[in-house]
Amino acid sequence: MAETPAALAGGLTAPANPRSPIKLVSQRQRAWRTFSRNRSALVGLVLIVLIVLVAIFAPLLAPFDPVEQSTINRLQEPSSTHPLGRDDFGRDVLSRILYGTRVALTVGVLSVLLGGALGTTIGIVAGYFGGKIESVLMRLVDVLLSFPDLITGLLVMAVLGSGQVKLIIAIGLTVAPRFARIAYGPTLALKEKEFVEAARALGQRSRVILSRHILPNIGGELLVLGSLWTASAIRLEASLSFIGLGVPPPTPTWGQMIRDGTRYLAEFPLLSLAPGAALLITVFAFNLVGDGLRDVLDPRSSK
Amino acid sequence: MFRHILRRLLLAIPTLIVVITIIFVIVRVIPGDPARARLGDQASEEAVEQLQEELGLNQSIWEQYIDYMIGLAQGDLGTSLVNRAPAWDQIQTVLPHTIELTIVSIILALLLGIPTGVITALKRNTWIDYTGRILSLAGLSAPAFYIGILLIYVFAARLGWLPAIGAGDFSDPVDNLRSLVLPAITLGLVETAYVARMSRSVMLNVLSDDYVRTARAKGLTERTVLLKHALRAGLVPIVSLVGLFTIGLIGSSVLTEEVFARPGLGSLMVGATGQRDYTLLQAIMVVYALIIVFINIIVDLIYTMVDPRVRNA
Repeated sequence: MAETPAALAGGLTAPANPRSPIKLVSQRQRAWRTFSRNRSALVGLVLIVLIVLVAIFAPLLAPFDPVEQSTINRLQEPSSTHPLGRDDFGRDVLSRILYGTRVALTVGVLSVLLGGALGTTIGIVAGYFGGKIESVLMRLVDVLLSFPDLITGLLVMAVLGSGQVKLIIAIGLTVAPRFARIAYGPTLALKEKEFVEAARALGQRSRVILSRHILPNIGGELLVLGSLWTASAIRLEASLSFIGLGVPPPTPTWGQMIRDGTRYLAEFPLLSLAPGAALLITVFAFNLVGDGLRDVLDPRSSK
Repeated sequence: MFRHILRRLLLAIPTLIVVITIIFVIVRVIPGDPARARLGDQASEEAVEQLQEELGLNQSIWEQYIDYMIGLAQGDLGTSLVNRAPAWDQIQTVLPHTIELTIVSIILALLLGIPTGVITALKRNTWIDYTGRILSLAGLSAPAFYIGILLIYVFAARLGWLPAIGAGDFSDPVDNLRSLVLPAITLGLVETAYVARMSRSVMLNVLSDDYVRTARAKGLTERTVLLKHALRAGLVPIVSLVGLFTIGLIGSSVLTEEVFARPGLGSLMVGATGQRDYTLLQAIMVVYALIIVFINIIVDLIYTMVDPRVRNA
């Protein structure tokens, strides 16, 4: 941030004149400025807003019922009434893609909220209390972390069976150790800080210290991780659906549409490629925002 | 050096025991009775009991666990619930395909990713950098199966240059290689995005270090500064991160094998999941765990070789 000499001086002496040209900028405003100056992050944010709107207003936007079949009209080329054609059950591809946004966002966001809450709790509890709890929990976290996300997700789905709630649990469990790792380190450092010691000396309970003093100080990191992992969670959901372990039909999901479309790839490529494009754009948008948020937190990493 | 290797191998054993126990708990304890799950609700009580008896599933869970661990220690990965044959037999036939695919795509990713990362770091905040960064972020966002489908559409369905599915005949090198091209590019591109991003950030860190400034101040040519000083120091973190991403690559290899209907550990795992073959699934997970621990040891050893500070410690 380019600081004027006046602003620098203002940092040393409090502005005596209330109408001084020095503007006091809150931390939040400063963060927003850094973020909004990052053009690609803004593009990501706009995209996310649009995607959320599509998910909410899917019934209004979709020209047809996404599950209604019409076998006489199966496998049709794009036309003016069906801009992306009809699939092998005669369903409108565009409507299915629009509705597919719902599963993608629901699973993506809820699994990260679940995994984030669980993982963060494990991380700060392990970091704050130390001792046996720490070694057992963090050992477990490290073991889980060593497995690729898809393998963990696949294993849990194999055991639980398919369905949207199970998918959220499976991806949440995959995400949790990542949050635990990130929350753990700063907690170790924070618990030695004076303000935490002061709170302890005042006799505040551990629960209060963890939620009021530790948690807000790692909120930034968690937000970055949340955004990046929402991207990954959406990708995981589509991957598991692609394998056949996602939300069962007839609910339209992108991963399943891509899989079903591969059978007709040579003649009707849009059946796979169009939902794939929707998936790519959505994951990309969350990644852009995550990257932008990281730049806000750690300005050195980008510029 | 030898002692170092030995120590690393010994240290891996407790980790492996923890991992294998976790896998056992997830696959064998949580779903309840694997024999019942495999045969379905309609199966007769006798059929379930027979399968339980055959696979030793009628014992208490502790006995099963101890039996399993003893078996593993002797190299027995267990018996498949579906075809009642040793799980290792099936794993053994597909494993070479997965290893082949993984190695070729890692080489591809290093050849493409490291130069991209270094160049974008050097041309920081120019259009080259922006293009590289956007492309690598897009690469990270695209699931492997989507890249695979795009490649199949263009090179197999449209142009007809390469086969879309299968792994070819292993004994026929040309056939085998032709079937390897598209899957390897698919997996390689996913990995390239990771390698390019982390090489860039590693190089940015190195380039802002004092000794690079000193080297420049001494009047060394930019070429020497870059190749002799910056790149060499950057290599150490890059090596360790490549190991990390190789592990991440395993997830994408499952999807790649699925898209190309290619035999491999990943497609075997998906098949086992579909058939509720929990014992085979468990065996595959253990093999994955072994591979992951093995990669970690290799990375550690390479690290030791590249970095004299670690070597002499």
